[in-house]
Amino acid sequence: MEIKITVIDREGVSHQLDAPTDMAMNLMEVCKAYELPVEGTCGGMAMCASCQCYVLSDHPLNEKSPDEEAMLSEAFHVKENSRLGGQIPMDKKLEGLKVELAPE
Amino acid sequence: MIKTDIIIIGAGPTGLFAVFEAGLLKLKCHLIDSLPKAGGQCAEIYPKKPIYDIPSRPEILAGDLVDQLMKQIQPFQPGFTLGETAQEIEKKKDGSFVVTTNKGTQHQAPVVAIAGGLGTFEPRKPDLADLAKWEDKGVDYIIREPEKYRNQKVLIAGGGDSALDWTIVLADIAQSVTLVHRRNEFRGALDSVEKVQALKDQNKIQLITPAQVTALEGEKHLSSVTINHEGTSLAHPVDYFIPLFGLTPKLGPIAQWGLEIEKNAIKVDNSLDYQTNIPGIYAIGDVNTYPGKLKLILCGFHEATLMCQSAFQRIYPDKRNVLKYTTVSGISGFDGSRKEAQKSTIKTIE
Repeated sequence: MEIKITVIDREGVSHQLDAPTDMAMNLMEVCKAYELPVEGTCGGMAMCASCQCYVLSDHPLNEKSPDEEAMLSEAFHVKENSRLGGQIPMDKKLEGLKVELAPE
Repeated sequence: MIKTDIIIIGAGPTGLFAVFEAGLLKLKCHLIDSLPKAGGQCAEIYPKKPIYDIPSRPEILAGDLVDQLMKQIQPFQPGFTLGETAQEIEKKKDGSFVVTTNKGTQHQAPVVAIAGGLGTFEPRKPDLADLAKWEDKGVDYIIREPEKYRNQKVLIAGGGDSALDWTIVLADIAQSVTLVHRRNEFRGALDSVEKVQALKDQNKIQLITPAQVTALEGEKHLSSVTINHEGTSLAHPVDYFIPLFGLTPKLGPIAQWGLEIEKNAIKVDNSLDYQTNIPGIYAIGDVNTYPGKLKLILCGFHEATLMCQSAFQRIYPDKRNVLKYTTVSGISGFDGSRKEAQKSTIKTIE
């Protein structure tokens, strides 16, 4: 019940992570579990954007909620492919997902 | 100088509960918080969100949790210094500490408990070149005194409640108000959104969306900003630029107090009493770290309880103390109030 995902940190280093799909974890939590520098300040309420990342692969991600849309509209360094890691649940459809952490 | 037994820095749930546990030991507390009201994150960020992991509370709103804690500690009459940030700490010859805020308020106590959570909430700043140069010279992140903007040209940036609310307030005061937001949609109370819509329809404010401020210009004081509006740059004369992009927590001045810091948190001795590397200074709740640390309100409550027992021994090294149960001993407030279990009736049945 695990998928392999790739997270590129802010120094450009690529990390291969095994992400469980049966623990109700999201991308922000997986990054924290691997002690990557993701703050997750608000704990996943889409209220701080400290888990912002750029999605580099073209996986079928869940739609952004209005809260995530609103937070991204206020956050900095936002690009077309920006998402909040805390709003991306781990799912087997995301096998091979590749993301890059946005600047703090 | 405010004198007390324990200075608690941070008035979130952990800091508030520490007042209760200290009160049971007859220790008085004074809380300092950079926010203007007690409750920390619970009150400031998510007062209307439910919490499900407070023991015996299947569901409680964060704001209600704060209200209940305030009620619980009321008999112990805590003091509050709110809207001020604990800036400096100084150790006196007698072993006590003096904590001074950014506004110069001084507090003295033999024990300091840092319950600072994620830190002090500071305004999030836009990524603009030379931004710092214009701070206090036309760029404000917090509106303290609306009168400051009377008859001035003001530009507010942001899409949340505070941007909307201040646009409404300043529309009546300033010479002109321009609201700039990166998107066409605003996130705020429906009432505020409608009011801003009405102000725009009456030409009382100028609304530029989707747009972004990209540069700041002026001589000694800010006089103009460049706005990128759907690909075109336009110069917009202003006296004040007020970016309102919410608050972000920073550990703040505490980080300079000589405490051992690890991953943005204060290291403590969790095998004993949550004391830091400086004897007499404790750190409890989300602000501390130790092996196995969990940032949970319920863990903060536990840490506060142990901290108070240790603080008592530090303040009264010669006094013997034993843990008491409130069910047995009741609660004697500093306000003279008394709560205790009802005595059972002993009577013969004939």
